Amino acid sequence: MDSKKQRELLHLLEEDSRMSAEQIGKMLAEPTEVIERAIATLEAEKVIVKYPALINWERVEDHPYVNAMIDVKVTPKRDVGFDEVAERICRFPEVKAVYLMSGASYDLSVVLEGKTMREVATFVSQKLATLDSVVSTATHFILKRYKHDGIELEDRDEDRRMVVTP
Amino acid sequence: MSTQLSLKSRLSSTVASLKPSGIRRFFDLAASMEGVISLGVGEPDFVTPWRMREASISSLERGHTAYTSNAGMLELRVEIQKYLEERFSVSYHPESEILVTVGASEAIDIALRAILDPGDEVLVVEPCYVSYEPVIRLAGGVPVFLKTTMENQFKLTPQELETHITPRTKAIIFCYPNNPTGGTMTADEWKTLLPIIEKHDLLVISDEIYAELTYGRMHDSIAALPGMKDRTILISGFSKAFAMTGWRLGYVCATPDLLAGMLKIHQYTMLCAPTMAQMAALEALRHGRSDMERMIESYRQRRNFVVDGFRQIGLSCHEPDGAFYAFPSIASTGLSSAEFAEKLLMEEKVAVVPGDVFGESGNGHIRCSYATSMEQLKKALDRMGNLMGKLS
Ligand SMILES: Cc1ncc(COP(=O)(O)O)c(C=O)c1O
Repeated sequence: MDSKKQRELLHLLEEDSRMSAEQIGKMLAEPTEVIERAIATLEAEKVIVKYPALINWERVEDHPYVNAMIDVKVTPKRDVGFDEVAERICRFPEVKAVYLMSGASYDLSVVLEGKTMREVATFVSQKLATLDSVVSTATHFILKRYKHDGIELEDRDEDRRMVVTP
Repeated sequence: MSTQLSLKSRLSSTVASLKPSGIRRFFDLAASMEGVISLGVGEPDFVTPWRMREASISSLERGHTAYTSNAGMLELRVEIQKYLEERFSVSYHPESEILVTVGASEAIDIALRAILDPGDEVLVVEPCYVSYEPVIRLAGGVPVFLKTTMENQFKLTPQELETHITPRTKAIIFCYPNNPTGGTMTADEWKTLLPIIEKHDLLVISDEIYAELTYGRMHDSIAALPGMKDRTILISGFSKAFAMTGWRLGYVCATPDLLAGMLKIHQYTMLCAPTMAQMAALEALRHGRSDMERMIESYRQRRNFVVDGFRQIGLSCHEPDGAFYAFPSIASTGLSSAEFAEKLLMEEKVAVVPGDVFGESGNGHIRCSYATSMEQLKKALDRMGNLMGKLS
């Protein structure tokens, strides 16, 4: 499969990862087996990493999650720079994402998910802040998510067209 | 008791004799039902990309609320010129050969009114957009229909063209990529028609509103062919490719003498196209290319899906190369287009448009727009499959 078709395939899966190989095959005018093989290869090459569902937890009653973004200032270590401490932070299961940032007054941005505000607070004060290289932390709780992973979480535009038009 | 005048005496005889649109009738029927999946919609299912909406809002905030020049903002006409040149290799002078209109619809109207004298004949390539016939009649002209068929991929042939030309024939009007068939014409196919067009000195009204929506190869504009620019009136707009139907913005390009004629009608009837829409169109041409490409890719994928789907349920369907319509044949069911569409609507709640609404040669077909979500398309195909099962 050429690289343009491969990109289209990835776009389709990103949009809806439950789409069947048969359906994708029809849309891209390729036999089902070709699509199945391409997906298998992309999975093996870790281009396709995972098939997650994007849940809008705000819509789930009593959703037990709070999300926070934590700005972390660290002292880089000789030879390993920021990598060592970043990797340690990554290993905590509460941590959803870790980014090394440029241009900010902090170095690492850590995205956290906890069951309660207290749980997040405990994690920051007892686990994160006590790491050797960590100089300071600033925790921002996320109050509401408007857009996530490219998807606007509020009501999508409904079809306002008339049933039949010229 | 009040005396009521009969309709006939109040309306002009031309207006009184126009048939109501077949689309309207089907709309009324479908709109009265709940839970209908519609493949009957002739417009994109995308909302206008945000950057165009944002450009229009921002221009409003800055107070751009006055008339523009009659022909449209010069800035926009310059962008249209660059765009047509770059995409389709046709070149028009922005100041004397391009006029911004209220949709392609207005462009069609003023083109016909500018060139027709009472009784002039206009060749109309069928199946065709529903407005051509009535608008020709309103302009005093007489429509003469040229047929195309699925066997020919709905392309116009030289034989069909030549046999319908009379001394009264003034012009020919068509739309490629076509609504409702999705048929297109290549440069080589156009070339087989040019000698006839030249021999009979015909004007060509080329409605290229779907020009960007081609799958597999670029659109060939008849205006780009040798000698054709001088006799072609090129019509296009923003409705389809940029998903801007409600903005009512189109344009027409022609030689200065023809354009001056159209400008007179436009200036006395419309004055100018809406300013906010012109602002959005400017943004579309300058920065909207990637939005457009994303939409086209999606139409192509859905085209592949539905055409395959129709064939699977036993409807023969040519592969449409453009626009967002498939025009499968339902002749094998023994029903007329209208009967089939009505049955499909009543029994399976799927709305499609009967092909004969687009002219006699559309009979035996239905127009199915695939500008709708994959989910709806899948359901619609399942339901159509049900009906086919019952009919066989
Ligand atoms: C062939 C054709 N021409 C013109 C139009 C009208 O376009 P606009 O919205 O620019 O008036 C349509 C709309 O369906 C069409 O299908």
